[in-house]
Amino acid sequence: MPEAIAGSPTCPVPQFSYEQVVLGHGSGGRLTHNLIERLFLPAFANATLERLEDQAIVRLDGHAIDSGVGRIAFTTDAFVVRPLFFPGGDIGRLAVHGTVNDLAVGGAIPQFISAAFILEEGLAIDDLRRIVESMRIACRESGVQLVTGDTKVVERGKADQVFITTSGIGSVPAGRSLSIANARPGDRVIVSGTIGDHGIAIMSVREGLEFDTVLESDTASLVDLVRVMLDACAAIRCLRDPTRGGVAGTLNELAAASDVAVRLDETSLPIRPAVKAACELLGLDPLHVANEGKLVAVVPPEDAQRLLAVMRQHPQGREAAIIGTIEREPRKLVTMKSWIGGERVVAMLSGEMLPRIC
Amino acid sequence: MRYQDEYRNPQAARQFERAIRRITSRPWTIMEVCGGQTHTIVKYGIAELLPPEIELIHGPGCPVCVTPLELIDKALAIAARPEVIFCSFGDMLRVPGTRGDLFAVRAAGGDVRVVYSPLDCLKFARQYPDRTVVFFAVGFETTAPANAMAVWQARRDDLRNFAVLVSHVLVPPAMSAILDSPDNRVQAFLGAGHVCMVMGCEEYRRLADRYQVPIVVTGFEPLDLLEGIYLSIRMLEEGRVGVENQYARVVQAEGNPACQRLIAEVFETGDRNWRGIGNIAGSGYRLTEAYRAFDAERRFPIDLQTREAAACISGDILRGMKKPRQCPEFAKACTPETPLGAPMVSSEGACAAYYNFGRHRQASPATVQIEVGHHA
Repeated sequence: MPEAIAGSPTCPVPQFSYEQVVLGHGSGGRLTHNLIERLFLPAFANATLERLEDQAIVRLDGHAIDSGVGRIAFTTDAFVVRPLFFPGGDIGRLAVHGTVNDLAVGGAIPQFISAAFILEEGLAIDDLRRIVESMRIACRESGVQLVTGDTKVVERGKADQVFITTSGIGSVPAGRSLSIANARPGDRVIVSGTIGDHGIAIMSVREGLEFDTVLESDTASLVDLVRVMLDACAAIRCLRDPTRGGVAGTLNELAAASDVAVRLDETSLPIRPAVKAACELLGLDPLHVANEGKLVAVVPPEDAQRLLAVMRQHPQGREAAIIGTIEREPRKLVTMKSWIGGERVVAMLSGEMLPRIC
Repeated sequence: MRYQDEYRNPQAARQFERAIRRITSRPWTIMEVCGGQTHTIVKYGIAELLPPEIELIHGPGCPVCVTPLELIDKALAIAARPEVIFCSFGDMLRVPGTRGDLFAVRAAGGDVRVVYSPLDCLKFARQYPDRTVVFFAVGFETTAPANAMAVWQARRDDLRNFAVLVSHVLVPPAMSAILDSPDNRVQAFLGAGHVCMVMGCEEYRRLADRYQVPIVVTGFEPLDLLEGIYLSIRMLEEGRVGVENQYARVVQAEGNPACQRLIAEVFETGDRNWRGIGNIAGSGYRLTEAYRAFDAERRFPIDLQTREAAACISGDILRGMKKPRQCPEFAKACTPETPLGAPMVSSEGACAAYYNFGRHRQASPATVQIEVGHHA
């Protein structure tokens, strides 16, 4: 019996532990975290994994721990998006960007990636060709080489057209130490552009929602933006790309890891009108919606305005905004001052994103 | 954005806030009936903009919360059948039954689908003629027209492989039940704007007369709520009863006659169990005789033993007797991942709204202690 409900033995609905995997386990929200904390972390316990960063920073044998050289960032990510092709991108672009971005936000310079393809019998070769072509372009944009790979084919119905897993490595320059555990009271939280674009673009295609403007995914490489930011401001405490689970997920992780409070200002959140409208229609919180070409940065207050100006000069950061501050209390919580001045908690997404009834 | 940003304007909110303070001379207790309004109140922190004399009580207007356990269990049993495609609005998938939820049924192989419109189910029914498509017709008067339309079209098109599991509830009988309760504390109501959009205001006039209570038909944006609260307090302070319509941009006194005709064609009123509250006479819809062939309960007779979580005080919550944080299990054993009762499931449920948006008001789960007054 899970420890959290051990105190109430009368409870007949211990939904806490599903006996089978449900979709919410993959949402990037609290169910995903439960799975990581209760299953994966205990199984593979080690200091690197336990940091729960977007990437692992490791050192190969032969280099002294404190030498500052030979540090490698390593990450992996699986892509199962449906539809394969969507406004603003496709699964191939996403698979490259997802992995290089995870490396970049660790302060690493991405260098090599691998790709493993799980193909469903019957997939059009032409579709695969389009995916590979867009991966080629994404690699070039991100400055990485795809140096190894694998292909498996499964019977029709055993997968959904194409699943792609990419892994990547990059070098971490000496002296760089970005971490979600670094945030300190007083720091500012910056987001590099409009939030929720990717998730809403995908959802509007899936649900057949139409808007006056075409909603496009924001999938993009963050490698160059990160380089420019770190060149301009060595004091950046933390960078993250808020993919599944959205900005709310990232900031909740940050609040927990740094033992601080994050306080957002709703009026400062950059959200496209169409994304806002779609969220209203579907009953979703834009802070929970996935992004694929955005980052969240935590910086000391004295550097915030300067860094913001630098980001806004970059094509990937034109709509960057300061969205909140790090405070001491209430620890481990993200709160937000609402449009009309009230205050609320911004929780992590709890299961799958569910549209509300009315 | 039109009809959004205008109703979230901070300057206008300040004006209402000041106006409310100006006219409030003593304590008043106001209930917002609808879960959508609870969601807005907690999401925008409206309660803390009000003077301490004003207490808001969150009413039973969350359809997910009040759907009785036996119907959830029936839904789980029907959804698990191999020939069934079970369709539901998203919120219902996580409501705990006696054993498991619809997500668990799906994980175990059941064909459970989220739809945005009940009419999508008719498409499935045409697409899969050898399966039975069952729609979980949940909600208040607001969702009734669309649900009725699905059944009406199914009959017109002779779609025999379509059925609905009906759990429709009605607002006015629930308000009567609250007002009849000996320990009622509610002095004024914010009426559910979208329910009135369909049904009109007449029934509320009768309620206001009978119980001598002010009712303000109210919308769902922050400024709607603030204005609705302002109008309620003004009526209370001036000793007036009756119905005022804050939501006139949407609600007409007579409601929507076309919707009302469709509802009357497909549904008739009947007694209904409310989760956490009990049976309320005439408080729900069931299919009329002409449409009863589409009743999933008739098509899949199921004998069930249901058992409610002993720890859940949802009855007290839904009747406004207790606030979520007065429940000993709130944010401890009962969280959105481990709901002991339905109010913790839907984002419109009072408990989930408090958990998701209001936890900074008190010690949160784990061991976090928060200084009281930090956000004042």
